[in-house]
Amino acid sequence: MTTPRPTEGTATAGEATARPTDWPLWEVFVRSRRGLSHTHAGSLHAPDAEMALRNARDLYTRRSEGVSIWVVPSTQVTASSPDEKDSFFEPAGDKPYRHPTFYEIPDGVHHL
Amino acid sequence: MTNLTLTPALALGDDALVLSHRLGEWAGNAPVLEEEVALANIALDLLGQARILLSLAGDEDELAYLREERQFRNLQLVEQPNGDFAHTIARQLYFSVYQQLLFDHLATGGTELAPLAAKAVKETSYHRDHAEQWTLRLGDGTDESHTRMQRGLDALWRFTGELFEPVDGLDAPWAALHDEWTTRITALLERATLTLPQGPQRGAWTAGGGRQGLHTEPFGRMLAEMQHLHRSHPGASW
Repeated sequence: MTTPRPTEGTATAGEATARPTDWPLWEVFVRSRRGLSHTHAGSLHAPDAEMALRNARDLYTRRSEGVSIWVVPSTQVTASSPDEKDSFFEPAGDKPYRHPTFYEIPDGVHHL
Repeated sequence: MTNLTLTPALALGDDALVLSHRLGEWAGNAPVLEEEVALANIALDLLGQARILLSLAGDEDELAYLREERQFRNLQLVEQPNGDFAHTIARQLYFSVYQQLLFDHLATGGTELAPLAAKAVKETSYHRDHAEQWTLRLGDGTDESHTRMQRGLDALWRFTGELFEPVDGLDAPWAALHDEWTTRITALLERATLTLPQGPQRGAWTAGGGRQGLHTEPFGRMLAEMQHLHRSHPGASW
């Protein structure tokens, strides 16, 4: 075994596979032609952003015209922790006053 | 079908068919999964072009599966074996720059090929981009990748002259296309820290070339594999 190369920008060590260490993981977000927002479509390996974009086009869009693609290195995404799910999301649910449900919409307002 | 006349649709259709088959040979063997998909995509684009073009020339299946080597009119460049990845990329680079220039020209003309060229030129510009990206990466990559890329470019150089031999019935400014092709390839190779190959773009031994039905040795073996099933079960439909 040779000395491992620096693994800056790669997926976590636990995910180490046979892939070269300089092909990090990228997350792909795609907005379809009539779509309003970018939706997470999946992930892929690529040596850099340019190649990630091209690969994403092949893998996730089949080259439909007029779509927009974002690629983000997976290491740049910070996710909320499943362990903290309760403290993160629960308190809001049981306090009705946190939701704007007691507000009566005045007559004449149609598109609120 | 022994005396097949060379029509533009047949010439361009054979180019696309043969290169598509060569790229198909990469399935399961590409350096990484993503690249495998890219090569397959390009192969499928080319197969689509081949089907339209060969349909203009006759029955597509008959033309693809029942012709002998001497009746194929493709360029010798596209029939060259894949070699290593850099060799395949060099072949893609030479061909896709040529194909984009030619289709750009044909798309504006009034021939029966114009609608096809207009559609295919979008695919072709993607193929060119793919080949250029990899040429830059391999050329300006490691010592090993640089050496291999240069080797691929050098080895295939002698087949590039044929790209700009006039084809009967195909109205194109061949000399101007050749100049433009050389300018683009030269600029790209410079960016990729590679050298434009020296030497003739056409070996004397070719004595004619692919457009005349004279092919290089590996082509016969490729055809045997491609046509085997159809010839074993003549007339079958699938």
